[in-house]
Amino acid sequence: MSLNYDQAIAKYEPTLGLEVHVELNTNSKMFCGCATEFGAKPNTQTCPVCLGLPGALPVVNKKAIESTILIGLALNCSIAPYSRFARKNYFYPDMPKNFQTSQYDEPICINGYLDVEVETDEGNKSFKIEIERVHMEEDTGKSLHVGGDTGRIHGADYSLLDYNRAGIPLVEIVTKIIPNTGKYAPQVARAYVAALRDILRGLEVSDVKMEQGSLRCDVNLSLANIGSGKLGTRSETKNVNSLRSVERAVTGEIIRQSSRLEQGERIIQETRHFLEESGQTRPGRSKEQAEDYRYFPEPDLVPVVPDNKWIEELRKSLPEKPADRRKRLQLAWSVPDKEMTAMVNADLLDTVEQTVLLGADPTKARSWWLGEISRIANDREVFPTDLITTKDVAEIIALIANGDLTDKLARQVVEGVIAGEGSATDVITKRGLKVVSDDSQLMKAIENAIAASPETADRVRGGNVPAAGALIGAVMKATGGQADAAKVRELLLKYLGQ
Amino acid sequence: MSIRDNASQMATALANKEISAVELTNQHYQQIEAVDKDVHAFLHLDKEGAISQATEIDKKRAAGEKLSPLAGVPLALKDVLTQKGVPTTCGSKILEGWRPPYDSTVVSKLKSAGIIILGKTNMDEFAMGSSTENSAFGPTHNPWDLSRIPGGSGGGSAAALAAFEAPLSIGTDTGGSIRQPAAVTGTVGVKPTYGGVSRYGLVAFSSSLDQAGPCARTVLDTALLHQVIAGFDPKDSTSINHAVPDVVAAAKKLEVKGMKIGIVKQLSGSGYQKGVENKFNEAIVELVKLGAEIVEVSCPNFEYALAAYYLIAPSECSSNLARFDSIRFGLRVGDDGSKGAEEVMNLTRQAGFGREVKRRIILGTYALSSGYYDAYYGSAQKVRTLIKRDFEAAFEKCDVLVSPTAPTTAFKIGEKADDPLAMYLNDIATIPVNMAGIGGMSLPCGLAEEDGLPVGFQIMSPAMKDDRMYIVGGALEAALLAKWGKPILDFAPKLAGSK
Repeated sequence: MSLNYDQAIAKYEPTLGLEVHVELNTNSKMFCGCATEFGAKPNTQTCPVCLGLPGALPVVNKKAIESTILIGLALNCSIAPYSRFARKNYFYPDMPKNFQTSQYDEPICINGYLDVEVETDEGNKSFKIEIERVHMEEDTGKSLHVGGDTGRIHGADYSLLDYNRAGIPLVEIVTKIIPNTGKYAPQVARAYVAALRDILRGLEVSDVKMEQGSLRCDVNLSLANIGSGKLGTRSETKNVNSLRSVERAVTGEIIRQSSRLEQGERIIQETRHFLEESGQTRPGRSKEQAEDYRYFPEPDLVPVVPDNKWIEELRKSLPEKPADRRKRLQLAWSVPDKEMTAMVNADLLDTVEQTVLLGADPTKARSWWLGEISRIANDREVFPTDLITTKDVAEIIALIANGDLTDKLARQVVEGVIAGEGSATDVITKRGLKVVSDDSQLMKAIENAIAASPETADRVRGGNVPAAGALIGAVMKATGGQADAAKVRELLLKYLGQ
Repeated sequence: MSIRDNASQMATALANKEISAVELTNQHYQQIEAVDKDVHAFLHLDKEGAISQATEIDKKRAAGEKLSPLAGVPLALKDVLTQKGVPTTCGSKILEGWRPPYDSTVVSKLKSAGIIILGKTNMDEFAMGSSTENSAFGPTHNPWDLSRIPGGSGGGSAAALAAFEAPLSIGTDTGGSIRQPAAVTGTVGVKPTYGGVSRYGLVAFSSSLDQAGPCARTVLDTALLHQVIAGFDPKDSTSINHAVPDVVAAAKKLEVKGMKIGIVKQLSGSGYQKGVENKFNEAIVELVKLGAEIVEVSCPNFEYALAAYYLIAPSECSSNLARFDSIRFGLRVGDDGSKGAEEVMNLTRQAGFGREVKRRIILGTYALSSGYYDAYYGSAQKVRTLIKRDFEAAFEKCDVLVSPTAPTTAFKIGEKADDPLAMYLNDIATIPVNMAGIGGMSLPCGLAEEDGLPVGFQIMSPAMKDDRMYIVGGALEAALLAKWGKPILDFAPKLAGSK
């Protein structure tokens, strides 16, 4: 029988393992001087080395080593005093040398950890994710299979090869097994990848764009009967390309594996591919018949022996850890946990911080970015900062604080900026959106409103304050919404002796 | 001026404008035309490129520009080094038609020194062999006796020297491929310290063992060429960032008095052809006469060198040769639109690789496979360390080590072609040098009584002390020349059509 998630998790304990591949943003490739720009014309960023031409030899990109050490340090790893590259031998048409230069048993960074926070039924809880290794390798080229129905190599009429990506530096970050996540396995997986992404972004070593493949995640998952103390057979789901997909892939695999186990079937150790549409996975090649990679130390490269002084310099240059930064900002802005999590999950912490640094009130900044602006961005399927700049938002918040704009007017300004009418100031000028703050002008409108509805005014004079609403509405209407409603109320009540 | 002159004599004649580089180049092409149908040292001639290069040198010389010492002297290049736009086959069908888009560092250095590259020389396919019989384009014949092998894998580069088709050549040496051909053709060949000469553009057989080196008819010529091609190259991570020892001064020193010369016990005595042993011993007597001190040293782990070599070299080759997959360059077989990439690759490799290459790919694939790695590749690497230690201990007792280069003189073509183990034994004395990454030289030390064929004398020097083998080689060469009265190649029968 098939289990749903809650049933599955009531019976089975999931164990996670995550492998994340990160494309570094170095200007040149891992072993040659070729450019690494994304989206260049096919095969324009190649040379004898990254094409694997006979006789060509690799030379290690020092910047890539530096980036990898920075990643290792940020993940609390030990930096190996001596590490080596190794050849991973297998044939594939888009891999020029038919071996990948990687690291095997002597990686550059080992034994680190990363703490991640997950929202649980008992409030936020911290999980320690242990890092087994961080190592360097090179990316392969790209195949485009033309013809056939599947877009896969089998059944294609022909294939086109682009070697621009071949040799781009990759860093692989591998966790140890992650036990005891229980039902939060999907959230832990997601939080880990998100935390890792934030660290990498803070280090400025990668673009970390999951949709462009500069950060790719493989999810290993196995199930065991709760309390059995055993590890089940794992599956490896490849190329899960968004945070949401990471979460869905874990959930999907827990359901799939538990259902198989319930039916008395065994789990096959295999590579699976994540299907974006359904959130399920389909089998790839089975690891049991997998190739033997015949690893051996790369004889064309010398060992990497980083100088201690250099490592210490790099350690000193590390930016503030994202988790520490979050704590610091949460305290400074007095944000409740839930709001903080919402900001982080929406990936708007940087944006809000920038807005605050431009003088905006933290609470206001948060509510504008997560509220109105996010709502429009979601409708249009874009990121909020694609719509409006932090400068415009800070300016709008300042104008509200000064009483130059009302919330309602401010929303119009935001709309105008998003519609491309220019900066906040441009929109205000063009649309003539300015709070009517001239008391005499307001008093005139109030007198007109009272004159138009003398009975209502009498009721207010008689102590029925809520009745003032209708009069305020009339004044607002008369001023085209450009008056501050609170101010109108104050003046009106005073005028009517309340 | 004659094509039988040495490179340094040719260089002097060029400098004195007794001959132009174009004339000298043409004379060599005439000789090649006359004898190479019998010798088959060359796979490809680049007449146009060579003449235009020579013309350039002549112009510069006429204009009074300062030129490198060997500017205008012709050279034969082993077909395992890339030269931009010139076919590079490595003696294999699988690279037929490939014209590399870049120069190897060795070629760039030769070009900047004004050395004229006549063409590419024949070799055992991917440098795997000791006779040049494994070339996909037919064997090279030994100029001393056309029915015999010229050694291998660099048989073409050695035969070109012995047949006076070129005064200089470049070889590569993974287990003896420079030194053994030099030995059996009566020429000089040097494998520099590993990392002394850049491997960039040297099509890899076994990356941790391969080393390009100079070949010539005299020790001094070899040193002059060594000086041109050696030096640090940022494109080769394994190249040594260290000053090149002054090998030219060493070759001219002619003084070995007080030097300690070690005879390796494990590389002497039984197992050598009688004439080889005799000529080696006679050379030792000459060195004693020159005032050198002879000591015997023991290198017990050399016993395992050959076995370990035949694990390491095939392992690395199985990975290095994986790139020959028909996709980006070279041969493509069976691509008729009905077959997948993998099938086309398999057909291409089946047709494109020869038997010995396939044998080694299979051997290496097996040795690296999971479960066997430690027993084979891992153990072989340990042996390598032990061999290095043996050398280190030996070099504490002496300045250089010596041995015969090859166990026999040149054997008949076909004689060992079907017996790979017998073929592998040719390199028994040369392999330890590659395993330890040190320098080795072979120079002629006489003709074996029983067959009148040249015998090679090997000198081994510690890593980065390549000058030492040139000191000993230069002095021994001078003593032997005085003894013989003429260069050894003058004892060789004249080739039909030769000048």
